[in-house]
Amino acid sequence: MAQKARTATAVEKKLIGVADVVIHAAERRKDPTLTIPIRSLSNVTFNDRKGLIEMGKRKQARSFFNVGMAKKFMQTVLVADALCELQRANLTTSLREIYYRSKHTIKNSHENTLDTQDESDPLIEDLEVSLEALREELHVRAENAGSIVGPLVLVDDGDRVDCARLGKGGYSVPSIVEPEYLQIRQCTADFLLLVEKGTQWNRLSEDKFWRRYNCVLLTGNGQPPRGVRRLARRLHEEKRLPVYVLVDNDPWGYYIYSVIKQGSINLAFESQRMAIPKAKFVGLSSADPEAYELPRNVGIKLNDKDVARAKELLGYTWFQKKSWQAEIKRMLSSGLKYELDALANKDFQFLTKKYLPRKLKEQDWLD
Amino acid sequence: MAAPGRKESPSKPDSPAALPKPTVSAVEMGARQREISVSEFFTKNRHLLGFDNPRKALLTCVKEAVDNALDACEEAGILPDVVVKLEAVANGSNGTTPPPASQASRFRITITDNGPGIVRQQIPPIFAKLLYGSKFHRLRMSRGQQGIGISAAGMYGQLTTGKPVQIISRTSARAPAHYFEVQIDTKKNEPMILEKKQIDWESPRGTQVTLEVEGRYQKGRASVDEYVEQTIIANPHVKLTYLTPEGETKEFRRTYDQLPAAPREIKPHPYGIELGMLLKMLQDTKSHWLSGFLAGDFSRVSPRLAEDICKAAGLSPRARPRDVHGQAAENLYKGIQATKIMAPPTNCLSPIGEQAILAGLYQQIKGDFYTAVSRPPAVYRGNPFVIEAGLAYGKGPEQAQERQARKEIPLAEGEVAENDSELARVIRYANRVPLLYQQSACVCYKAVLDTTWRNYGVAQSRGAVPSGPMVIFVHMASVWVPFTSESKEAIAEYDEIRKEITLALRECGRRLGAFLRRRERAHSEFRRRNIFELYIEEVVESCNRLKSGKLAVAKLRDQLQKMAMKRTGGEKTDELLGQNGGGPEGLPHSIIVTPEGVEGAVPAAIDAAPVVAASPNGGPAATAARPARRAGKTKGRAKSKRAARKRG
Repeated sequence: MAQKARTATAVEKKLIGVADVVIHAAERRKDPTLTIPIRSLSNVTFNDRKGLIEMGKRKQARSFFNVGMAKKFMQTVLVADALCELQRANLTTSLREIYYRSKHTIKNSHENTLDTQDESDPLIEDLEVSLEALREELHVRAENAGSIVGPLVLVDDGDRVDCARLGKGGYSVPSIVEPEYLQIRQCTADFLLLVEKGTQWNRLSEDKFWRRYNCVLLTGNGQPPRGVRRLARRLHEEKRLPVYVLVDNDPWGYYIYSVIKQGSINLAFESQRMAIPKAKFVGLSSADPEAYELPRNVGIKLNDKDVARAKELLGYTWFQKKSWQAEIKRMLSSGLKYELDALANKDFQFLTKKYLPRKLKEQDWLD
Repeated sequence: MAAPGRKESPSKPDSPAALPKPTVSAVEMGARQREISVSEFFTKNRHLLGFDNPRKALLTCVKEAVDNALDACEEAGILPDVVVKLEAVANGSNGTTPPPASQASRFRITITDNGPGIVRQQIPPIFAKLLYGSKFHRLRMSRGQQGIGISAAGMYGQLTTGKPVQIISRTSARAPAHYFEVQIDTKKNEPMILEKKQIDWESPRGTQVTLEVEGRYQKGRASVDEYVEQTIIANPHVKLTYLTPEGETKEFRRTYDQLPAAPREIKPHPYGIELGMLLKMLQDTKSHWLSGFLAGDFSRVSPRLAEDICKAAGLSPRARPRDVHGQAAENLYKGIQATKIMAPPTNCLSPIGEQAILAGLYQQIKGDFYTAVSRPPAVYRGNPFVIEAGLAYGKGPEQAQERQARKEIPLAEGEVAENDSELARVIRYANRVPLLYQQSACVCYKAVLDTTWRNYGVAQSRGAVPSGPMVIFVHMASVWVPFTSESKEAIAEYDEIRKEITLALRECGRRLGAFLRRRERAHSEFRRRNIFELYIEEVVESCNRLKSGKLAVAKLRDQLQKMAMKRTGGEKTDELLGQNGGGPEGLPHSIIVTPEGVEGAVPAAIDAAPVVAASPNGGPAATAARPARRAGKTKGRAKSKRAARKRG
């Protein structure tokens, strides 16, 4: 607890620093300016040795006396204020509540400080990056959007949670899974399987796949939220579990895998504690339809967006391995994408009984 | 109403060809074939003349009577003073008290003018004989063309209510006033006089027509009210009093005290002639020599030019016109096209003029910006014509303030500030007469669609009229307006006409664009300043909260405000903002209305108190200078104004 209180004040200090920027600049008759690291593809590099996406050093200046930036600057200060209030009250909240907390009409006008949540969300990310404070440290949480099941015992707020005794539903992964909030008491699994979609996770859980293969099943329902990624990373790091990823065979599936493995472009600064460079891609691979005799008619034609996205992926430095280039190009040349759900075409339990067992036996995965 | 156009012939086109015996012999058929009187034809086909439904019929009757009144006044050189009176009339069968206007099915229309009056003998045929009139045989610009209008209206009344047309006319204060009640003999197309007498009449001169017709009064699009308003826009020299069936009196003051220049008759212009027409003219001419024919039967062809044309065509100027046919005629036609000929004379046309259009728009439509463009004359099929376009943009300063007041309530998420999604309104005129029906068939409307309004800062979706609070005015003045039908509702599409309209609209658009850009600039300058002032407060308060309320708030605010002032140029911006309405410099024939005042050539109301305060810098009242000179004057004025500002 003592440690927790100390970090909180550190974050609080950082937030108050935003006000100091304004005050000091005003003293010296200078334009108040915040420097914010740029969060885009142009400012990330792939560290080949560590297997991580890292943020570059380039920064943007956000100054108040600039017509284009004045409003954003004002909003940033407002959001910092709201976050600081959270620190002082020692509460956690959601992005949306931050938005509502900061929204009001500007005095003597009909203008709102914020019009939509789309305006405040990036500002929170800006503050995370520029203050080098994690979102959890800022006390902002996301939805509980993940589930976990397997031979695993967790302690959440002092409650013992045995993930092997939670039925089909499993344990809902909270958004903040830092050791202060969630401890891993015991884990006897051999590996961790991260599934993109809830449907397949349910199938595997219902069929007690984890019991037969002694693994932990985890899903993030689409692009996994931070909590899920962080928990996977902790299990990988603390319990030495190899991580396998099962996603749809489309550009978005590939990207989900890459985010788990190397980190995302937008939150590159968090790769250090989120990414799992040793994660393996088990499927669905563009080679699988042939290997597992999936009929062509369960494929979906790639649309223009898919093709454009796939071509973007081909250009990313972290997709330059020969096997990956071949994988993506194979999908492009077939012109089709396959959902995990398509496996049900063969049999409802094809995934549990045939597909995964064979994959694991043949060690047929991409790195 | 009789079934429209029942087929006379019993033979069916789809009956099998090989019938053993014709059922009707040629003799029998011949016995049935007889002349159809025009009046009978129109009784059956009244929709051709604009009497398709009761609502439209009411409008058509008013329109025909007003057109005649205005034509007569203008030809006689009298500033028109017209009274339009509509009264609901009880329907004979159900009582004597007239029903309310919205439910009435019968109306009495009374149009009174101060025109020259009509001589006694002419009154019956003018009002009760179709195709009788003064305008058909002339190549001269006027509202009416065929001499159908008013008699058709009378016939419609006769057909639907059985009431005759009542006319009072007086030619001068010394002459007596004549009262007539006439009807039309639909078989013979001849007038029947039911009553005629001399009466006492309060007006010293003029004509009054009273018609009783079946109709329906409903406001809105294509209503009598709209017709009256639009008429006033294009005819600001008219004083019009409109007594609505609801008992209201609407006075439209005269805002322009110059009669339009009297149009003259002309001969066809060579460029507009088609080969077939040329051949016909070659046959019909009274000239003996080809050169004489060219110089005599066309406008803008001098004897010398005639010889040039002959040379270009490889024909002898001495050739007999009647002998020129076949290839020679074709050569002549080509020769004409190859020779440079002056544009046709414009004195046959009487355009409204930029000043008058501005005056009309300004009086009738609330807006922030007005402009008008008169194109130089052009020719289609030998008929000279002039296109004029005008534009009124915005909602006027009063409405702008209203909108401001409504914005007081802050918006919720997803709620968008009320956007001006209303579409522009196109008002069309032919020889000063508003066209209210068949908008989409009209070349004016098509030209509006064709114009890329987005270039001028106005939103426009594909294939639609531009959107925004805007009224687009298009007028075609010509000796012969090519209507798509007899009811004169839409102008036919000729490339020349379309091109001229497009050019006029583009010029209007360019001026509007300049105005909008300027307003936007002033607005953004204002915003730039406002932004900092507004946000400083927010930033200071947030900082104070971050600092747990231990901040010297006033000091920080002061420091920031000083910096804001310095950065936005301080007082210099004030000056700039003060100039934002800076008069329509560089925008000829335009009026700009701002909450502070009105700028540009604002028409002074002539016969009453001014509608809006005159322009602050004493914009000269509209004087009727010739268009060319006027343009020069405007430029000069703008220049001197700019100079004055520099000095100040």
